[in-house]
Amino acid sequence: MKVLSLDTSNQPLSVAILDDNRLLATTTITTHKKHAEFLMPIIEDLMKKSKLKPQDLDRVVVAIGPGSYTGIRIATTVAKTLAMTLNIELVTVSSLLNLALNFKDSQLLINPIFDGRNENMFTGLYKFHNGQPENVIPDQHTDLSEWLNQLKATNEKIIILGEIDSFAQKMKEKLGQHIILADPLKSIPSASELGIYGLHQKPVKDVDSVVPRYLRLTKAEADWRKLHPKEDTSNYVEKL
Amino acid sequence: MKDSLILSFETSCDETSVAVIKNGNQILSNIVATQIKSHQRFGGVVPEVASRHHIEQITGCIRDALNESGMSYPDFDGVAVTYGPGLVGSLLIGVNAAKTVAWAHNLPLIPVNHIAGHIYGANLVKQIEFPAMALVVSGGHTELVYMPKEDDFEIIGETRDDAAGEAYDKIGRVLGINYPAGKQVDQMAHLGKDVFHFPRAMDKEDNFDFSFSGLKSAFINTVHHADQINTSLDKNDLAASFQAAVVDVLSDKTVKALKEFPVKQLILGGGVAANLGLRDRLKKDLTDFPETELMLVPIHLCGDNAAMIGAAGAMLLRHHVFADASLNADPSLEFEYIS
Repeated sequence: MKVLSLDTSNQPLSVAILDDNRLLATTTITTHKKHAEFLMPIIEDLMKKSKLKPQDLDRVVVAIGPGSYTGIRIATTVAKTLAMTLNIELVTVSSLLNLALNFKDSQLLINPIFDGRNENMFTGLYKFHNGQPENVIPDQHTDLSEWLNQLKATNEKIIILGEIDSFAQKMKEKLGQHIILADPLKSIPSASELGIYGLHQKPVKDVDSVVPRYLRLTKAEADWRKLHPKEDTSNYVEKL
Repeated sequence: MKDSLILSFETSCDETSVAVIKNGNQILSNIVATQIKSHQRFGGVVPEVASRHHIEQITGCIRDALNESGMSYPDFDGVAVTYGPGLVGSLLIGVNAAKTVAWAHNLPLIPVNHIAGHIYGANLVKQIEFPAMALVVSGGHTELVYMPKEDDFEIIGETRDDAAGEAYDKIGRVLGINYPAGKQVDQMAHLGKDVFHFPRAMDKEDNFDFSFSGLKSAFINTVHHADQINTSLDKNDLAASFQAAVVDVLSDKTVKALKEFPVKQLILGGGVAANLGLRDRLKKDLTDFPETELMLVPIHLCGDNAAMIGAAGAMLLRHHVFADASLNADPSLEFEYIS
């Protein structure tokens, strides 16, 4: 099975092409956040170097979020459009899980973090059993102190990774020796891991309805729903 | 000549649209998913909400456009997409979807300026002849564009502050009309009279530029003043007075432009081109220009849609205007301003 996998959830961009478990080509860039500009040329280039045509692809695997709203929309738009237009399978994977996959051989708790600014974060807690992930604490948008309370309850050693610069020190202060900082190289999502993981996941049934996992309503939407808790939210868009 | 077939995308604001256009003038399908109902909750377009709706809709719209046209990928000569101006998060959905389809089926990618789309909406009714002039008026734009030939767009005048449609929405709010207010203000204007004589900003100045922010303020001040002294003003008269000021300035500047740049056709396009007051006024003014044909974009094609992008895309295809896979959204894309 020929697989294209992509992750543009945050600053890093990672694309890979695989033939089953075999990596054919991959690129990861961390110096730019020009995903809209770079993603398609990189896909084109890697496919050429893998000697594949778009029609050779069997499956697309995408990191669907959480992450930067624009970032997750770029990969998700490309992935769902490609799946639709080539009539191939689409697998969506949590962007936090994709980062955690860098530690799929570890016995410890794995805590991927994306910086949501102002002490807020997108995060979740994972543990791997024979390489298979368990989402110990579900992916969520939360703030540091609330998250620390949740982590404290586990009373286990935790590897933190991802965008941890604004959080690492406070996490160490609160949880001490339980917190282990990941090697910076392992804080970068890998489309190769994503592709291999996605090989064994179920494809989505309805490609058209796939949307990014924002894990957070827009402020306008949240305010509206507070005032209109019973409104049907399914018909805001109409075909003319 | 061989037929040309374009698959086109438009997602610059709050409509997700995909169309199939034959020979630049025939609509085989034009799917438009509008988010108006969603943004009405907030009194105007919320950009992040708009982006989220676009990604919900995009592949369904492509599917529908293909099905309705009866065409399949090998039939196409190119994929055209609006890459600006507009809301960046909205543009990015169309641009990325279009790039993906183009790459997947080895089709040329054609980058289209949204304003060129509004102008080429006219081509879906009758072939545009050059030199031509276009008045493009919408919620985001108010521009006079001179076209010496079909692929040459020169801005000779534009708004210095609010777009005309934006002014409609803002005074609409004061009148208690939800966004988009244009249609209802237009209807009310036909029932009222211009009794307030709001300022016609820049009307007498020696240029082709517009300004609507002063008019908007004059309108709001008039209403607030009446509120303070507990008098109520006739809303139809307010609407009529506002519309008279807008239409006066738009038509005066257009007439001035036609005198300096004689053209075969004047095209009226953009969302506000659906305004009946403006359409009637230009029809009347154009009787002084027997050499110039008035091309009103049909009302159902005045709002944002991908058909007009396909019409512009077909012209650009003839001129081999292509983009590569690195095409990005350009939210402030503009034609060259000629002073």
